[in-house]
Amino acid sequence: MSEAFDIAETLDVKGASCPMPVVKTKQAIDDLAEGSVLEVLATDSGSMSDIEGWADGTSGVKLLEQVEDGDVYKHYVEKTA
Amino acid sequence: MSTDTPSTDDGESMSEAQLQARIEELEEAVADLEADDDQKKMTIVATQGSFDMAYPPLILASTAAAFGWDVVVFHTFWGLDILHEEKSQSLQLSAVGNPNMPMPNALAALPGMDRMATRMMEKRIDDNGTATIDELIELSLDQGVELQACQMTIELMDYDEDDFYDDVTVGVGAATALQHMAESDIQLLV
Repeated sequence: MSEAFDIAETLDVKGASCPMPVVKTKQAIDDLAEGSVLEVLATDSGSMSDIEGWADGTSGVKLLEQVEDGDVYKHYVEKTA
Repeated sequence: MSTDTPSTDDGESMSEAQLQARIEELEEAVADLEADDDQKKMTIVATQGSFDMAYPPLILASTAAAFGWDVVVFHTFWGLDILHEEKSQSLQLSAVGNPNMPMPNALAALPGMDRMATRMMEKRIDDNGTATIDELIELSLDQGVELQACQMTIELMDYDEDDFYDDVTVGVGAATALQHMAESDIQLLV
């Protein structure tokens, strides 16, 4: 699935729980250039809902895809502005 | 700028040009209001200083900052200990009167039980990959959350302004907190 995007950077927050996946995602996105895609790897099952909610409520980001791959939840977030 | 309906006391209706100007004026006012609403504001009042109660305000504050919100946490009474560099290291979980503790109150009241309950919770937090209070404070400050220490409580508890984490705002009181609350979309008392 991930091959569909040109991933600029991968953020590994496996093992970390709320609120870290969202907060670290936000910090990683801040460091990216507009149009770049961030891949987030998390093991927190709450990250599926949390990152979706965060991306929905935050301007300048777009959630492209979320994939459950075994124990890992993968999120693809684009910086749009 | 006034948004009052222009007077038509003279009985004459407004010309088309006047109406057009009025519409533009109002559109600008609406745009201003919408721009103001772009950034949400949240105020949390943190009054509790036990180990478990330090988490909710810090988790919500750091997450809200990730949304780009303007966040103020006003720490008062026992909540002040969360910002106290030394005291925040030794916040305790109360074993007594906590219905979630797997022991009766008579046992929980024994010396050392609070310390034991706190150690158990610290271990669970570590095992679960949950952030420490330290990390959450740093994360919040890094993201621009304003952590305020109530000046009255600082004096009441005989603390020194230097006792707090760097970047904690001191010298503020209830009026400052209320001012931010009045402008906030979300106000929480923890």
